[in-house]
Amino acid sequence: MSTTVAQPVDEIKSTPWSGGRSPFEVEYGKMMMWFFLLSDAFTFSSLLISYGALRFSAPTWPSPSLVFQSVPGTSIESGAPLVFVGLMTLILIISSVTMVLAVEAGHRNARKEVIGWMIATVIGGLMFLGCQALEWNHLHSEGFWWGHIPNAATLQEFFAKGVPLGQQQMTAHQFANLFFTITGFHGFHVFSGVVINIIITINVLMGTYERRGSYLMVEKVGLYWHFVDLVWVFVFTFFYLV
Amino acid sequence: MSAETTNVHHDADHGEHQTMTKKRILNVLYILLGITAVEFLIALYLGPHYKIPSHWINPIYIILTLFKAYFIVAFFMHLKFEKVGLALAIIVPILFIIGLILVLTNESHYWIGLRL
Repeated sequence: MSTTVAQPVDEIKSTPWSGGRSPFEVEYGKMMMWFFLLSDAFTFSSLLISYGALRFSAPTWPSPSLVFQSVPGTSIESGAPLVFVGLMTLILIISSVTMVLAVEAGHRNARKEVIGWMIATVIGGLMFLGCQALEWNHLHSEGFWWGHIPNAATLQEFFAKGVPLGQQQMTAHQFANLFFTITGFHGFHVFSGVVINIIITINVLMGTYERRGSYLMVEKVGLYWHFVDLVWVFVFTFFYLV
Repeated sequence: MSAETTNVHHDADHGEHQTMTKKRILNVLYILLGITAVEFLIALYLGPHYKIPSHWINPIYIILTLFKAYFIVAFFMHLKFEKVGLALAIIVPILFIIGLILVLTNESHYWIGLRL
């Protein structure tokens, strides 16, 4: 009796939106990662939009090509705008590619390849964090920090000629606070991404996913890592280009 | 409704066959690097030498950035190959951000009026 009743019920529930199976056809954890990233996207956009609003409402702003014209860690102190941040962008994009390659290797259950690409991704993340530390250190040595700006003589190097000192000091404060908050929040995401990547790499090394039969965890942490890259694309545009 | 569901199903089946291969991954990398190179060209050469009108520069940067974002989300994050329903669930809420951008740009014009 039960079989004759069960069959038509199963048939009704077989279409995606009638409750028989997930309409999104992704595993629970992966879907939750997407929803987490959506909420994170809102956090980052509110930070970047408040940056935009404060910048639009300011009569002047420190010129990116003057603030970021050195290559920290080398002897180049001026005349090289975008070079260092270009290197950081390149590092992050390439580490994103190695992450995709790890996911792709995971689909083929190729454990050795996953390990190699995951280690490359971790190294890329650490390189990016190192670059950011140098960049922060450079700005800090010039006098920028949360609530701190350089003295008047140094400050005027970052503005177009003829901007009154009062306006320079007001917008430099806003610039310093926003720069360290937003790149700091992004850097914290990179840091946690590196930590999670290391944990996943250890799991791959121990054969956890080999036993589980799927490398879906690599895919989930990959989503997070690409999101970090995605945010950097926007930070790069709004802090260094615009 | 049934036509729609079969359509979705068809897309998903189609997508299953064309996930990311190494060749595709490298193609996306070249596109991202190419767009970044164009941004550098504008910032270091075309902008400072007035080869393009200065009020075009920021909109061009933003359009190029959105292109990069599309390639990262669609291919690296694989959203192009997921179910349409999931893609919509992620992308439609993002549209609220446009609302905040409009409100705060409008507001910032008011603020600068107060400051000057």
